[in-house]
Amino acid sequence: MSSVSSISVSRAAALSSAAAAVAIPAARTASRALSTVASQSQIAPRQARHVQPKSRQAAAVSALPRSIPKRQYATAAAPEKTYPKTFNKILIANRGEIACRVIRTARKMGIKTVAVYSEADASALHVQLADEAVLIGPAPTNQSYLVIENIVKACKQTGAEAVHPGYGFLSENSAFVKALDEAGVAFIGPNTSAMFAMGDKIQSKIIARKAGVSCIPGFDGVVSDAEHAVQISREIGYPVMVKASAGGGGKGMRIAWNDEEAREAFRLSSAEAKSSFGDDRLLVEKFIEDPRHIEIQLIGDQHGNVVYLPERECSIQRRNQKVIEEAPSVHIDPETRRKMGEQAVALAKNVGYYSAGTVEMLCDAHRNFYFLEMNTRLQVEHPITEQITQLDLVELMILVAAGHPLPIAQSDVKIHGWATESRVYAEDPVRFLPSIGRLNHYQEPKLPKEYEGTNAIVRCDSGIREGSEISMYYDPMICKLITHGKDRKESLELMEKALDSYVIKGVTHNIPLLREVVAEADYREGKISTKYLPTKYPKGFLGHQLTPASTVELLATAGYVYARRDERDKSWIQTNVSKFHAPSQKWDIYVVVSNKNMEKESHKVSVEKLGKEYKVVINDETEVVVDADWTLESSLVSVRLQGSDKSGARDSFVVQYSEALPVGFSVIHHGTSFNLNTYSPAQFAATQFMKEKPKLDTSRVVLAPMPGTVVSLSVKPGDTVNEGSEIAIVEAMKMQNVLRAPRGGKIAKVNVSKGASVAADEILVEFEVTPAAKS
Amino acid sequence: MAASLPSLLRSASIAARPLLASAAKSASRPALASVRRMAVAATQEKELSDVILAEREAARLGGGLKRIEAQHARGKLTARERLDLLLDPGSFREFDQFVVHQCVDFGMDKNKITGDGVVTGYGTINGRLVYVFSQDFTVYGGSLSKMHAQKICKVMDKAMLVGAPVIGLNDSGGARIQEGVDSLGGYADIFQRNVMASGVIPQISLIMGPCAGGAVYSPALTDFTLMVRDSSYLFVTGPEVVKAVTNETVTQEELGGAKAHTTKSGVAHLAFDNDVEALNRLREFVDFLPLSNREEPPVRKTEDSAAREDPVLDEIVPVDPTKAYDMKYVVERIVDDGHFYEINPDFAKNIIIGFARMNGKTVGVVGNQPLVSSGVLDINSSVKAARFVRFLDAFNIPILTFVDVPGFLPGTAQEHNGIIRHGAKLLYAYAEATVPKITVITRKAYGGAYDVMASKHLRGDSNYAWPAAEIAVMGAKGAVEIIFRGLDTEGRRKAELDYIRTFANPLPAAQRGFIDDVIEPRTTRKRIIEDLEQLKHKKLTNPAKKHGNIPL
Repeated sequence: MSSVSSISVSRAAALSSAAAAVAIPAARTASRALSTVASQSQIAPRQARHVQPKSRQAAAVSALPRSIPKRQYATAAAPEKTYPKTFNKILIANRGEIACRVIRTARKMGIKTVAVYSEADASALHVQLADEAVLIGPAPTNQSYLVIENIVKACKQTGAEAVHPGYGFLSENSAFVKALDEAGVAFIGPNTSAMFAMGDKIQSKIIARKAGVSCIPGFDGVVSDAEHAVQISREIGYPVMVKASAGGGGKGMRIAWNDEEAREAFRLSSAEAKSSFGDDRLLVEKFIEDPRHIEIQLIGDQHGNVVYLPERECSIQRRNQKVIEEAPSVHIDPETRRKMGEQAVALAKNVGYYSAGTVEMLCDAHRNFYFLEMNTRLQVEHPITEQITQLDLVELMILVAAGHPLPIAQSDVKIHGWATESRVYAEDPVRFLPSIGRLNHYQEPKLPKEYEGTNAIVRCDSGIREGSEISMYYDPMICKLITHGKDRKESLELMEKALDSYVIKGVTHNIPLLREVVAEADYREGKISTKYLPTKYPKGFLGHQLTPASTVELLATAGYVYARRDERDKSWIQTNVSKFHAPSQKWDIYVVVSNKNMEKESHKVSVEKLGKEYKVVINDETEVVVDADWTLESSLVSVRLQGSDKSGARDSFVVQYSEALPVGFSVIHHGTSFNLNTYSPAQFAATQFMKEKPKLDTSRVVLAPMPGTVVSLSVKPGDTVNEGSEIAIVEAMKMQNVLRAPRGGKIAKVNVSKGASVAADEILVEFEVTPAAKS
Repeated sequence: MAASLPSLLRSASIAARPLLASAAKSASRPALASVRRMAVAATQEKELSDVILAEREAARLGGGLKRIEAQHARGKLTARERLDLLLDPGSFREFDQFVVHQCVDFGMDKNKITGDGVVTGYGTINGRLVYVFSQDFTVYGGSLSKMHAQKICKVMDKAMLVGAPVIGLNDSGGARIQEGVDSLGGYADIFQRNVMASGVIPQISLIMGPCAGGAVYSPALTDFTLMVRDSSYLFVTGPEVVKAVTNETVTQEELGGAKAHTTKSGVAHLAFDNDVEALNRLREFVDFLPLSNREEPPVRKTEDSAAREDPVLDEIVPVDPTKAYDMKYVVERIVDDGHFYEINPDFAKNIIIGFARMNGKTVGVVGNQPLVSSGVLDINSSVKAARFVRFLDAFNIPILTFVDVPGFLPGTAQEHNGIIRHGAKLLYAYAEATVPKITVITRKAYGGAYDVMASKHLRGDSNYAWPAAEIAVMGAKGAVEIIFRGLDTEGRRKAELDYIRTFANPLPAAQRGFIDDVIEPRTTRKRIIEDLEQLKHKKLTNPAKKHGNIPL
C-alpha cells in the first residue's frame, strides 16, 4: 500500500503515466489442472497485450470494455486492452461465485491469483480457477474463512500483494484490514476508518445525518437485553426492525410488531449475530411499511473522487433477503436519481470513502427516500450495475486499491438498457428452507438462439458446476442469473427463458418462485415493494397454478414425449421382434397431472405422428401440432406449437424433462415440477382401483426441516405444550429455525439432544397419542 | 425339503381354506349359475357356437362379478386385467381357456369354473414374444389344481421350445385341497420345469397376492421375484402356524410382505407400489433381457452418444480417501441416458447390481457401494452379486464391474455364518463367467476382495483403473504393522507414507499387467463401449462337465 499511496498526481497525469507503463503479463505458466479448467469455463488463456493508446482520451476509454461480448462476463473477453500496473498477485479471501468472479477480472488484468479454501472446498471451482490455492482450515467458517490470521499467513506464504475480500466473511471487518495493513498487504476495499464509520450501522447513521442525508427515525444504540429491546421498540413505535449491527444483508434481521415479537427478535437476532459475526450487538429502528429498496452504487478513488452509478432496485425480498434485483428502477426518475446519488456521494466524501460501496435506501411511493445503511464492500448484486454501465467494478476496485485515480467521471456514467438478477438458491421456495446435496445435473442457461446478434446477454455468476456439493456450512446460493436486454421487457423475457432452460437436479431450489415472479402481472408493471412476496403469496408459495394456456403447453409436450419414448421402446436393433406388431404411429393416452400443491387432473390426449411433427388432440377439443427438439431422455424439450385455437399457449417454449416415473415422467413447466402419469386406456381404467399409500401422520411428530444442528431444545418428555410453542431451534446455513408444536399435547419422546446433528425429516420429538389424536 | 413339503403344503392350505369355502359357495351365485344354465340349455336348443361363446364368457368372468369387485376393493386387478396391462394391447393369445378341473371329490364335480383359476398364453412386450400365466384369485382363491398346473406347464414347455421368457403373475391361496396329492404333483411338475428352464429362458415371477407354502418354491426357482407392496406376501408357513410352533405373533405383512423380502431376506428383487406400476415396470424390465440363452443381449436405439465424455467423473472420487461417494451416481453417469435399472436396491446395499445399456446394448452392472459400510463384501452382498453374475453369464449379457472394496467384513458373525462359503460363491460366479467382463477400479481394491471383483486373474477382458485406484493387500496402516514390527510413531508414519507411495496407486498393478490401462475417468463410457464392440465375438468355453459344484 505504501508504494502506491505516493501517487498523488492528478487523474490525467496518472493516466498518462499508466499508459506509458504498459503491463506485459508473462505467458501463463501451466499449473495443475488449469488447462482443463480453462476449457470448461471458456476463459481464453492469458496473452501478453501491447496497446499504445494514442491519446489520454484513448487511454481513458481503453480502461473500459468497449463492447460487451455475448454470454460472457463483460470483462472476460474484452478486446485488446492494457491496464496500469497494479499488483502482481492478489489473494481472494472468499469462496464460491464471488471468488471465481474476482479471479476472472484479475486474470484479465494480468494479475496472478491465490485462492483460499476450507477442507470442504478442496475441489471447488474457485480453487481450480486460481493460480495457487492455500488450505486455511476445516469446513466451518469460523475455523477457516473467518480466521484472519490464517488468511494473513496465506498472503505471506504466497507473496500476495493485495487481498480482495468479496462480500460477507471478512469483507467489512476492520480488524482484518488492520491485520493486512500490518502485514504490508493491500486491501482491495475501503480504508479502515471509512469502513469502521460506515460498517457500524449506528455510527453510519450519525454520520449520514451530519452529511445531510435523510434518515429513518430510529434508535442508534447498543441493545443490552430483551427488555431493553422492548423499551426501545416502544419509544420508536411498532413496527420495528431488529438486526445485527455488524452484519450486512438481511441475515439476522427481524421485524417485530409487538413486545413479544421484539423479545423473540432480540433473542434470535443476537444469537445469530454471534454465530455469524462473533458480535451480538443489535440495532433497532422504525420499520417503514411498503417501502421499495433502492440502492446507489458508489465507486471512489484515493484522490477524493467519488462517482455514483445508476440505482438498483432490490424490493423483491423474502425475510429481508434479496431475491430479484434490477437496474435501473422503474420507480426512480432522473431527478430522484441525481438527488440520491449526490447525497450518497456527500456521505462517502464525508468519511473519505474510496473503493466500491453501496448506499442502501428505502423509498416510499412519493419517492421520499431514507438512508438505511452503507455497505462498504462489493455487493452480491453488483453485476446488474456492471451490465447497464458497461463497467467492471472489480477492475475499478483493483485500480483504486493500487492508488490509481478513477478512469471515469460522473459525466461518463450512462445507462445502457436494463438488467435483472435472479438469485438462484438451493432453497425450498415453499418453506424457505435451505437444501443441501449434490448437483447431480447442472446446466446453466445460454442466450436463446433468437437473441443472437443482438446486445442481449445472459450471464451466470456461479462458483459451482455439475457434480458440486451444496454443503451445510456455507451460503446456499447456486448462481446469480443476470439478463441484460435493451429494456425492462426484454430483460424479463430473457429471464423467463433463461430460468426455463436452467437445469438443476439434486437439490431443491427456488427457480419455481423466481419464474413465477418474473412473469407476474404486477411485477411486470413494476408495481412492487419489499412486501411483494408476502402480499402475493399470503399462504406461502405453491408453485405455478396451471392456466388453460399452460395446460395446453404441458399436455402437448406430454403427448410428444410419450410418443417419442414409446417409439424408442420399440426401436429394436438386435433381437427377435414379432412381425405382427408394428410400432404404432398413433397413441391414445390419459395424462394425469399432479404435484404436491394441486389436485390431480386427468386429460385425454391423442397423438398422431405426421413425419417429424406430431399432432396432439387434447380432450377431443384442442388440436395442436408439435414440432420439438428433444434428444431422448435429455433435460430440455424445445417445443414449437401450431394450431388455430391453442387457448393462449405460446408458439415456442421450453419444458424440462426431469425423470422417468414408474408410469410416465415428471417435467418442469413454468418453473414448477409436475408429475405426468401417462396411462394407456387399459392402465387408466385400472388406476381407479389402486389405493393411495398412507402417509406419515406429521401432526404427531416434529421433524427436522433440513439437515443441521440442534442449538436448543425447549421440551422434555412429559412436558405439555400448546400449539405453536417453541420445541427446538435447528441451525443450518447460518439460519436459526424455530420449530414449533404442530398441535397441543404431551411430549412422549425427545429423540435428540442439544448439539446433535440431524438429517432432513428426522423425527426430533414425538407427541403422546391421545384419544383425540387417534380419531 | 422333501420331508417337509407335504406339511408345508398342509399349512399353506390353512390360509387357503376359507377362500375355497367361499369359492364353493360362489358357484351357486346367480350370475355364474345363470351363465352355466345358459350353457347347458344351449347344448339342447342352440348352435354349438353359442355354447362355445357362453363358455368363453364364463372363462372371462372367472369367479364372477362379485369376486371381481372384491378383488378390486383390495386394490388388486383381475388375472386378465393384469395381462392386458403387461402385454402390448391386443397381442395376448390364450391357451386352454376351456380347461376345467377333473376333481370329483367333495362335491367338486358340480362346481367347475371354466379356465380353472389360471389364464395362460403368450403375447408381446414392445413387440417381443413372452409366455405368461396369471393366476385368478377369484376362482377358488387361485388355488392350484392338477389342471391349473398342467396349463402352466404347457406354457413353460412352449417357451422352452421356442426360446422365450416365462412371466408368472402369482395370486394364489395355495394347493387345491380337494384334489389332495394331484395338487402336490402339479407343483412338482412346475418345479421340475422351472429347473430345466433355468439358464435357458428368463423366468420372472411377479407376486401380486398370496403365495404360501410349497407354492413359494416356484418363484424361488425363477430368476427374478418381484412383489407388490401391501398386497402380496410370500412365506413357507403363515402367521397361524408360526404362532402355534414358535409362539411368535407376527402379521402376514411383517412375516412375508414386500418390505421383509426386499430388505431383510433378499428373497424378492424388487417391490412396486401397486399393480399398475408393477406391470409397467415389469415391461421395462423385460426390455433388458434376451429372449433366451440362444440370443445375444437386445440392442435398442439410443440417442446418448457413445463418445460422450463426462468431466464430472474426474472429480467424483473424493480427495479424502476415507470419504464416501455414491457408486450408483458413477454408474448413472456412464450408462445410456443415466438409466440404471437397479435390482435388489434395498438388500445388501453395500453392493449394487442392475441392468443398464451401453450404446443401446444390455449390460449387467455390479459395483461396490462406498456409501454403505465402505462397500465391504459380506455374506449378503456376495450372494446377491453372485446370483446376478450367474444370470448374466447364462444369458450372454456382458458384465461391467465397478470396484471400490476395502475387503471382506471381519467378525464372528460373518465367519460363523459362513462368509468363506458365501464369499466363494461370488468368486466362483466371476471365475466361471465366459461373457465379456469389463472392470473399472475406481478407488480401493484390497486383499482377496480385489481378486474376487472380476480381476484380471479371473479372466477379466478389460481391467481398468482410475488414477485414484489403490490396489494392495491391505491398507497402509495394517500393512506397516505387519511388515515393520516395533516402530515408533514417527517411524510408522514414515513407513505408512512409503507403503502408500509404493502401493496406493494403480502403477504396481499396471506394471504387472493386472490392469490393462489407467484411464481418465471422463473417458470411461467411451472405453467401455469400444471394448464391448471389440469383445462382441468373444468365444470362451469352460471344460465340458455335467455341471460345476458351486459352494452352495
